[in-house]
Amino acid sequence: MIFADHLPILPVAIPALAAPVALLSMRRRRALAVGIGFAACLAQLAVAIVLMTRVSGGEILVYRLGDWPAPFGIVLVADRLAALMLVLTALLALIALLHAVVTRTDRKGWHFHPLFMFQLMGLNGAFLTGDLFNLFVFFEVLLIASYGLMLHGQGPARLKAGVQYVVVNLVGSALFLIVLGLLYALTGTLNMADMGLRVREVAAEDQGLLRIAGLLLASVFALKAAVVPLHLWLPRTYAAATPAVAALFAIMTKVGVYSLIRVVPQVFGEGAGAAEWVPAPWLFPAALVSACIGFAGVFTARAMSEQAAYAIIGSTGTLLIAVAGWSEASLGAGLYYLVHSTLAGAALFLVADVVARRRGSFGDTASPGPEFIGRGTVALMFMAAAIAATGLPPLSGFIGKLLILQSAAMLPNWGWAWGVILCTTFIAVIGFARVGSALFWKTAEDCAVPAAPGTSLDFAAPALALLCLAALAAGAGGASAYAEATAAQVLAPAQTAAAVLTEGAK
Amino acid sequence: MSYEFLVATAIGVLVAGGIYLALRARTFQVVLGLTLISYAVNLFLFASGRLVLGRPPIWDKAVSQYTDPLPQALVLTAIVITFGMTAFVVILSLRSFLETGSDHVDGDTVPCDTQDGLGAADGEGAER
Repeated sequence: MIFADHLPILPVAIPALAAPVALLSMRRRRALAVGIGFAACLAQLAVAIVLMTRVSGGEILVYRLGDWPAPFGIVLVADRLAALMLVLTALLALIALLHAVVTRTDRKGWHFHPLFMFQLMGLNGAFLTGDLFNLFVFFEVLLIASYGLMLHGQGPARLKAGVQYVVVNLVGSALFLIVLGLLYALTGTLNMADMGLRVREVAAEDQGLLRIAGLLLASVFALKAAVVPLHLWLPRTYAAATPAVAALFAIMTKVGVYSLIRVVPQVFGEGAGAAEWVPAPWLFPAALVSACIGFAGVFTARAMSEQAAYAIIGSTGTLLIAVAGWSEASLGAGLYYLVHSTLAGAALFLVADVVARRRGSFGDTASPGPEFIGRGTVALMFMAAAIAATGLPPLSGFIGKLLILQSAAMLPNWGWAWGVILCTTFIAVIGFARVGSALFWKTAEDCAVPAAPGTSLDFAAPALALLCLAALAAGAGGASAYAEATAAQVLAPAQTAAAVLTEGAK
Repeated sequence: MSYEFLVATAIGVLVAGGIYLALRARTFQVVLGLTLISYAVNLFLFASGRLVLGRPPIWDKAVSQYTDPLPQALVLTAIVITFGMTAFVVILSLRSFLETGSDHVDGDTVPCDTQDGLGAADGEGAER
């Protein structure tokens, strides 16, 4: 094996090695820990981009861990979807880390950098693995790190929200294990590709059990994706977390969506007996309600960070409306919107922090406050982030929603999809306009101008996120072509299975 | 009564008790509920390789039937993870109680403290 063959393991190995080194250097040499963090993020971005160029032609890279043959050992599978998610994670991590270092939030506790690296390791592993139990293990890795990051900085509000977040996710993990037990008992395998072939041979009397397993698995992923009615944990958690961490968490709900996209066509696709496309009829209405409740929350939110958290729920709903079509065009549109909505959600959290740092005791609440320093620039940034989150031109949200609407027109229940997406967009525009005018146009009478924040470099991270969105809009042709090719690959599970089982068995 | 019925009932009772406790308002009961659920899940995973009595778990030429060793490896992983998570959630809820003076999962100072006759205990927590 030459070095290039080990490429798929690097996104997991780099943060796994960087975390302990950052832990060791944390107390004495802060600068070294920060340097390691940035170096690891940049290295991951480079590896992810190289992987993306290698798989963009449709090749599927299979990496056998410990060189065990495929259905018995664990394999990592790098295809177009995995590479797309890896690039997105590395980009988002770089933005979040930049903001944490510039605003010095990484100094509020000892273990920010190691936890951040372990979080990335869990995310990258979840996107790469081809084994269902291994997916559970990487879910746990990313969740355990996220508990630590969510509580970073501490304080009563964060601890209270943290207890809820941890309890909800523990119940989710228990459900996931039950599903794994069921699926293993029915199919005798945990490799996703192999399971996709073996569900066809499940005996007639076990079909009901298979159906239950499919629905439970979809509920576990829906819990992670914060789909209504399993969304209640999200707003409080994300609004309470440190803004840089909340920005990184923008991808955590997308892990749930990714798992749905990965597992449902592969395991519960065509020919899966009673479990054929079993979550599909539930997913579409749940997605519609998520979009409505999320953007209604944007309309009623009392603070910018709360508004950003609801925007995440709403955008996940919009994304799932597209995914629930399970057609090449709609899934491709959904994947384009997935990249956009992750970056837009992160930008909203970061802009909220920039505002809160300048308004002193007023924080980011949606009420008129003092005239603060750099108000015009911040207002422009908020406008750009709001435009992105609602999906107005010229940023990529508009293109994403346009693609979703266009692909939804081919589906049988297109009326509901169009109605909900257009109405929620309108509601979100009003919601953001209300908060923006309260913050940036009105000024409270007789209150002192708060002191300038320690640094004005905190513009950098949200500006970088917005720049990425602009790039995504400018390169929409290539990006949407890649997304559509990805969707085609995801919806042809037989090819993936053949690649995994023959490549992996060699 | 068969062996399967016994194991299935035990798992069912554990899950029922766990769900009831996990829906309670105080963190201690919720933690106990989560622990019960994780016991049930571990038993369930263990049983997912089918219940087989008196068979070897690894390859042996002399026999034709085996117990499945893979669920035992899976359940080991699951036990380690849930054990660590239980320890974490205990410390977290203790810390949250000491910082906010309330062990309600909703985090509000709920009036039912006095109904439960636990108002005095909460008062102590708040003073600390």
